[in-house]
Amino acid sequence: MPEPLLSIRDLVVEFKTDDGIVHAVDGISYDVMPGETLGIVGESGSGKSVSTLALLGLIPQPPGRIVSGTAMFKGRDLLKLKKKEQRAFRGKEVAMVFQDPMTSLNPVLKVGYQLGEAIKTHFPDEKDEAIRARVIELLRLVGVPNPDTRADQYPHEFSGGMRQRAMIAMAIANSPSLLIADEPTTALDVTIQAQVLEVMKTVQTETHAATILITHDLGIVAEMCDRVLVMYGGKIVEAGDVYTIFKAPRHPYTIGLMNSLPKLTEDEEWLEPIPGAPPSLINRPPGCAFHPRCFLSQGRDRCRADVPELRMVGDGHYAACHFSEELVDFKSKFAEAVPA
Amino acid sequence: MLTYIARRILYSIPVLFVSTFLSFMFVSLAGDPRQNLLANPKLSHAHYKALFHTYHLDVSIPVRYWYWLQDVFEHKLGSSLLTSQPIWPDITRAMGHTLQVIGIAEIIAITLGVAVGIFSAVKQYSIFDYLFTTVSFLGYAMPTFWLALLLQILFTDIYLSYNVRIFYTSGLNSGVTSNTWSLDRLQHIALPVATLAIISFAVYSRYMRASMLDVISTDYIRTARAKGLPERLVIMRHVFRNALIPVVTVAALNIGGLLGGAIITETIFSLDGMGYYFIQKLGQLDVYAVMAYLAITSLFIIIFNLIADVVYGYLDPRIRYD
Amino acid sequence: MTEIGKALPEDQITGHDSADVAPPTARVDAIAVGGQDLVAESATAAGLELKARSQWSYARSRFIRHRAAMAGLVGLIIIFAAGAFANWVAPYGYAQIDLTHLYAPPTLSGNHFFGTDELGRDFFSRTIYGIRTSEEVGLVVAIASSILGVIIGAIAGFYRGWIDNILMRITDLVLTLPALAILLTAAALWGSGNQWRIVIILALFFWTGIARIVRGVFLSLREKEYVEAAKAGGAGDFRIMFRHILPNTLGPVIVNATLAVAAAILTESALSFLGFGIKPPTPSLGVLISEGQQDPQKWWLTVLPGLVLVLIVVCVNFVGDGLRDALDPTQRRVRA
Repeated sequence: MPEPLLSIRDLVVEFKTDDGIVHAVDGISYDVMPGETLGIVGESGSGKSVSTLALLGLIPQPPGRIVSGTAMFKGRDLLKLKKKEQRAFRGKEVAMVFQDPMTSLNPVLKVGYQLGEAIKTHFPDEKDEAIRARVIELLRLVGVPNPDTRADQYPHEFSGGMRQRAMIAMAIANSPSLLIADEPTTALDVTIQAQVLEVMKTVQTETHAATILITHDLGIVAEMCDRVLVMYGGKIVEAGDVYTIFKAPRHPYTIGLMNSLPKLTEDEEWLEPIPGAPPSLINRPPGCAFHPRCFLSQGRDRCRADVPELRMVGDGHYAACHFSEELVDFKSKFAEAVPA
Repeated sequence: MLTYIARRILYSIPVLFVSTFLSFMFVSLAGDPRQNLLANPKLSHAHYKALFHTYHLDVSIPVRYWYWLQDVFEHKLGSSLLTSQPIWPDITRAMGHTLQVIGIAEIIAITLGVAVGIFSAVKQYSIFDYLFTTVSFLGYAMPTFWLALLLQILFTDIYLSYNVRIFYTSGLNSGVTSNTWSLDRLQHIALPVATLAIISFAVYSRYMRASMLDVISTDYIRTARAKGLPERLVIMRHVFRNALIPVVTVAALNIGGLLGGAIITETIFSLDGMGYYFIQKLGQLDVYAVMAYLAITSLFIIIFNLIADVVYGYLDPRIRYD
Repeated sequence: MTEIGKALPEDQITGHDSADVAPPTARVDAIAVGGQDLVAESATAAGLELKARSQWSYARSRFIRHRAAMAGLVGLIIIFAAGAFANWVAPYGYAQIDLTHLYAPPTLSGNHFFGTDELGRDFFSRTIYGIRTSEEVGLVVAIASSILGVIIGAIAGFYRGWIDNILMRITDLVLTLPALAILLTAAALWGSGNQWRIVIILALFFWTGIARIVRGVFLSLREKEYVEAAKAGGAGDFRIMFRHILPNTLGPVIVNATLAVAAAILTESALSFLGFGIKPPTPSLGVLISEGQQDPQKWWLTVLPGLVLVLIVVCVNFVGDGLRDALDPTQRRVRA
């Protein structure tokens, strides 16, 4: 078993608001292996972005607070770094692609300059011509046409898809060993989404960076990821490799997510949405956070009383459900589509 | 850009005409210049009939506006009806004084306001921030005339109690000679400058702070941080320039308005500037002098509106004027 | 043509020399739309039930939590109540002369709290009567200009066309005029020395800002689906305007009207101070300061009424800030 590149343990992140304390991330642990692509899925507010922003020290504090946890990366705990050490990691070892390319680039600076800055920050002695050449190479790599001219344009002269390409180029400028992509395609048109995902794949083969891909779209997970974490209410409720989870999910929430997806190969009478709404992160339901919406919890006190632990239910497959065993024979509607 | 400026100037011309026409109607309707002449007992009926005719007071107001316009262009704003003195020399002298006071006050206010705004935002919720937020809040709520009076009372009191003259509280120079850059002049304009600088500072620092905080919370600043850029560079390179845009606009508009004279401040310190001139002439109901003032002031405001837009376009590449 | 930085007209005429800018109202445009059906989610033990709270109860609870705003409100109520009941509160009459106490400096122990002037008139009483006038000016101008602004803005935004064109040209024009100078001229020519003429002049100047805001909301909402739906349902123009669109403008209008109270009071005091607004014997804070400044050594005659004026404006601004935070659902306050 190779050493994990990143190893997060018991991470807890809170936000103080007028209405009370929001438990955004509530004690999560996971590993990222070198070169793998890990998907994190969940509804909005499930804590999937916050858990990764915390790694880079990008949680605004206040109101945010990292209450506890460790994040070992190449022998150092990212959460215990001094400001300066943290900066040395950011953009060099760990880089991030954000959700909304329309607002993620500085409107008054040229795109080429903003990319070059990412390099210059970590290699201050690099010559300007060399940086410029690298910037153009990067833009070409992510498929920006006429990179020479494009580098001298401002963000507003780029389309959404082009901007996201530029963001990806910026993220890989220093060949990071970990790339975090926070819903990189959510803000884009469907046709552009596919192109940007293609770029992500190209970039991965070029840089061999491990990738954390945050999304709410199971389709993207199926296409891009090796392993997947499912988050609900600030906790991981299921984890495993993509094939296993798509074939035989062992948590009712994951099953709910899949049932709400259309299966394109045959006619379906209807899709089954998950009943109810995402839990309040201020007053979490006691016991299992999912129990008010769960088809297994009916009339069972345990779901209301005990918080289920994430436990192994198969080979490299984990689920946080008291009654996970009842789902052993469950076959998802995607089961046949998954190669054995 | 050039075509945009040309178009804006062309658009401004009719605006200026309409605004002076309305002012003229407004001023003439209520402050009928004939009243002053009629009130003079030395003038006979025939005499003022003749005078009315020379000064075109016997025609309707729109026609009078037309004569007034001719006067403005041919005789540099024409002359006063009350004193028959030409307006131009008086108003340009006053403008020079106003320019000196406003210039110094605004340079101080902008420099300090921007600096304090940056620090308050970067150190949000620090003692420094609370202190200056309070200062600018008070400066904002404080009527200019009251602030000016406080300074005046304070320095009069110092003079009377200790017989030390630090700053003068009235006028421009001690002697009859006018000396633009002497210590004596600076002692005279220090208090009006301080008054204006404090009020403007309150506005600029508030704007700068709010604008910095807006920018700091944007996605692209998060991107800059995610690159590993040191915080100092994040602030100076990424936040500062974006935050400056609205402040520059506000400052340009503010200066445009002030060049018409700080009416209140100049009046309190009996400072021979545009605002003081206006109040004097308004008090005497000297219609053409008031009109000359309103026309020049509107012109300043329009010019500085244009400057504000041009600077905005220069600072923000998203704005393209064509 | 860009619209940036064009401060609302009433920003120009707050009686400040630095005329064109006013942070308290600058962000008001941003509040305009939204939050119509804001539902506060409060999960109960079951974790599922949603309790709907109206936008207004939500706003109220946020306002009450805003400490500065509550302090401002309390201060304002005390000051305005003193002004409104001046006849009972003031220990002496406005013009009551006490020849045994000429130019008495202020004392905490004696009869004359704020001192007396050259005729021995009690300055505390005079200040309270002055508050009454300032308060009348502030409130009436704010209400009258809001009503005028809402009506004109609503018509312009709803019908567009030439009405809208005229409105926008007028506001453009107002922005190129030296506001304080024009007000002074108007007051010099039409003022009669008492507060009511000044109120009319100020109201006629203050409506444009509110009209622009209301117009903006109307322009953006008239194409919205629910307005279309109301139209399809056969609702008349007035019903659509008043039932469906107008409620959305209430937030920004209330904030603006609040700040207009301060602006009107400041402007009136500046006009009166310069001798063109309210004139003696009508009491007003500006008049008192103007009379008091004639003798700089009798500092209390200038400082004390000015202090009251600043206090009123600070309180109003606090309330205005609090209202803006409370009525702006897009900006939820996060405690430090």
